Amino acid sequence: MVDLKRVLKSYNHKNVINDVSVSVEKGTITSFIGPNGAGKSTLISMISRLIAKDDGDISIDGKDITKQKNNDMAKKISILKQSNNVNLRLTIRELVSFGRFPYSQGRLNKEDWAKVDEAIDYMELRDMQDKYLDELSGGQRQRAHIAMVIAQDTEYILLDEPLNNLDMRHSVQIMKTLRRLVDDLGKTILIVIHDINFASCYSDQIVALKDGEVVKQGPTCDVIDKCVLREIYDMDIDIKHVNNQRICVYFA
Amino acid sequence: MGYKKKTIILAVIAAVIALIYIFYDLSGNIGYILPRRITGVTAMVLTGSAIGFATTVFMTITNNRILTPNILGLDSLYLLLQTFIIFAFGSQSLVMMSSNINYFLSVGIMVLFSLLLYRFLFKGENNNIYFLLLIGMILGTFFGSFTDFMQVLIDPNEFMVAQDRMFASINNVNKNLVYLSLGLMIVVTLYFIQFYKYLDVLALGKDQAINLGVPYDYVVKRLLVIVAILISIATALVGPITFLGLLVVNVAYEFLKTYRHFYLIMGSVLISIIALMGGQFVVEELFAFQTTISVIINFVGGIYFIYLLLKENKSW
Repeated sequence: MVDLKRVLKSYNHKNVINDVSVSVEKGTITSFIGPNGAGKSTLISMISRLIAKDDGDISIDGKDITKQKNNDMAKKISILKQSNNVNLRLTIRELVSFGRFPYSQGRLNKEDWAKVDEAIDYMELRDMQDKYLDELSGGQRQRAHIAMVIAQDTEYILLDEPLNNLDMRHSVQIMKTLRRLVDDLGKTILIVIHDINFASCYSDQIVALKDGEVVKQGPTCDVIDKCVLREIYDMDIDIKHVNNQRICVYFA
Repeated sequence: MGYKKKTIILAVIAAVIALIYIFYDLSGNIGYILPRRITGVTAMVLTGSAIGFATTVFMTITNNRILTPNILGLDSLYLLLQTFIIFAFGSQSLVMMSSNINYFLSVGIMVLFSLLLYRFLFKGENNNIYFLLLIGMILGTFFGSFTDFMQVLIDPNEFMVAQDRMFASINNVNKNLVYLSLGLMIVVTLYFIQFYKYLDVLALGKDQAINLGVPYDYVVKRLLVIVAILISIATALVGPITFLGLLVVNVAYEFLKTYRHFYLIMGSVLISIIALMGGQFVVEELFAFQTTISVIINFVGGIYFIYLLLKENKSW
């Protein structure tokens, strides 16, 4: 379980995250939605230790994240940021093998390579595993990075806008993979997402943020609601039921 | 050809050039010439290693292939120190005459300066490495202007001495200092070994490094200290030499085409050594000391680098 209690982050005396308390259940996909500048990425970055919080408590499975060893945390929680400009000449396989660093410290054993192979197969990258990252399309590169996160084999996976710059096919593919990770392997996924329809169709829980504060958190059906969405986005969004899914029509 | 093979080839070339440098045209008073040449080769191996090593690490920390430790302003500080001593005490003063004292003073002040700079900048939450580089660059420029100012004021004869310090020179290195530097470098390298495993991961960028469990701030601060010490040793030994770094590390990257830091560091070190010894040989034998080694290295290396870029026709 990921627990945030009264978390605060400020830049130049302006609170970008203000008194946020969120708890995320194990074995779910939790989407963080909200307008630009709501503090979604900041929040995810704080949970994954990329930036320090100014106040409050963040704990994972009851343990304060700042009091854990870096290496132990890296076996527990992983993050994939939206910009992954790796300027190294790496093949997909080499990139994925970096995911084993917390376990192997760079000296991979048989078991590590088995995990790498598993992750590559999971993301269906087998036939292009020796291609260099700069030869790949955006979608392939994103899949390679997700494979690395899978190889890292953490209980908790945080993703910051993983669908950025991807077409519908790849977006759906990635969301389905995340769903499988949760349903088959029991992972817990926290995801920052812009398209509320993806959030609506694939997540169990939604946390809606606005101006650094939580507007609403709860099961998907509670948050994908006309009144709630108006409060978050300041616009009227029609909600249609299509094949038992709530689809937001926001092209008014 | 794989990067392992290429590294071995570089090592062989370096060894061959070292032998040529030592034994070429060996005549006259061998008992005098031979030890002198061996000291020269040792000095070049040391400075080459320090520069290649430090620059590779620095580029990995900054995730930037055009930034060299030069930007920390140590070169300019060295020149400022030398000029200031001449300005204040004259070229005949003890500090200027005794290479031992000068060496210790230079290394000491450069290392102290870097430590103060790091301490000041890493205090509190302001851990932005680019801010550190900006401050280093501004201070470097300040030191440079101040050096110019003092050089304008001093006696022209004294200026000749100061000018002499502005160029890297392998010809007059003190034997004792070479071995002392060797000792220092071994200590620094031993200290470095514990951080070696993090380099490949650091090259992925700060976020990925933290994600993969690298104690980022701790490691980067210590690596920066290692870089500063290596650069200080090399500069105090032969003079301003960091110009070499930009070229050799990039040539190593292009030539070896790998991300593995063991080979990148070995490659940069060997290419530095080859460039220094080759350049020095050409300066001594072909140009009879009419030009400086920095000119030769930048000229040849620059052409090779442009060739590599054109051949690749990529940002890589």
